[in-house]
Amino acid sequence: MANPSTTKETVPPQPLTAMSVVAPAIGWLIPGAGHLVQKRWIRGLLLMGSIVIMFLLGLAMQGRVYRPNGGDILDILGFVGDVGAGGLYIVTRALDLGQGAIAHATADYGTKYIIVAGLLNFISAADAYHIAVGKKP
Amino acid sequence: MNLQLSHFSAAVLFGVFASVVFGITQRSTSREQIRYGLYCFAMFVGGVFMAGWVMWLLRR
Repeated sequence: MANPSTTKETVPPQPLTAMSVVAPAIGWLIPGAGHLVQKRWIRGLLLMGSIVIMFLLGLAMQGRVYRPNGGDILDILGFVGDVGAGGLYIVTRALDLGQGAIAHATADYGTKYIIVAGLLNFISAADAYHIAVGKKP
Repeated sequence: MNLQLSHFSAAVLFGVFASVVFGITQRSTSREQIRYGLYCFAMFVGGVFMAGWVMWLLRR
């Protein structure tokens, strides 16, 4: 009977390069830029377009942008999602947008669009890291 | 600006953007990315119709 610990594949440690730090960082700050700096032009532009448009549509739908000191646990989770959008979140807060005065039935979609745009940007930044370390072509 | 979308159009647009990101990030080759993106979009739209019918049944 084979011992599971001996059959388990060992993954070699990934080298820490400058790109493996820069790509996810810039990808978080500017959605899609982590792919663009690695010359994945089409992927980067598609990611940038999807995330930026989603975030802007959320704002246009009167979505709410969460503050870091919301107090309520759900507000804190909303903030974690929002902050994933990086530069978009910073600019939105600086311009004091996203007050979230819900005036119609579908306005809550706007809040969800903004949160999910941030969460998708986290995935995008992680993907940029995987490309930088060579785990993904 | 005050954009007012219907529930259906908001859900479909949501599916489009999420599917693009899922397709690109969860698969490696271009062909797989397109296939997975389309699969995710179909699941999103299918889920919207399913949820719609469930709500219709609950409302009766």
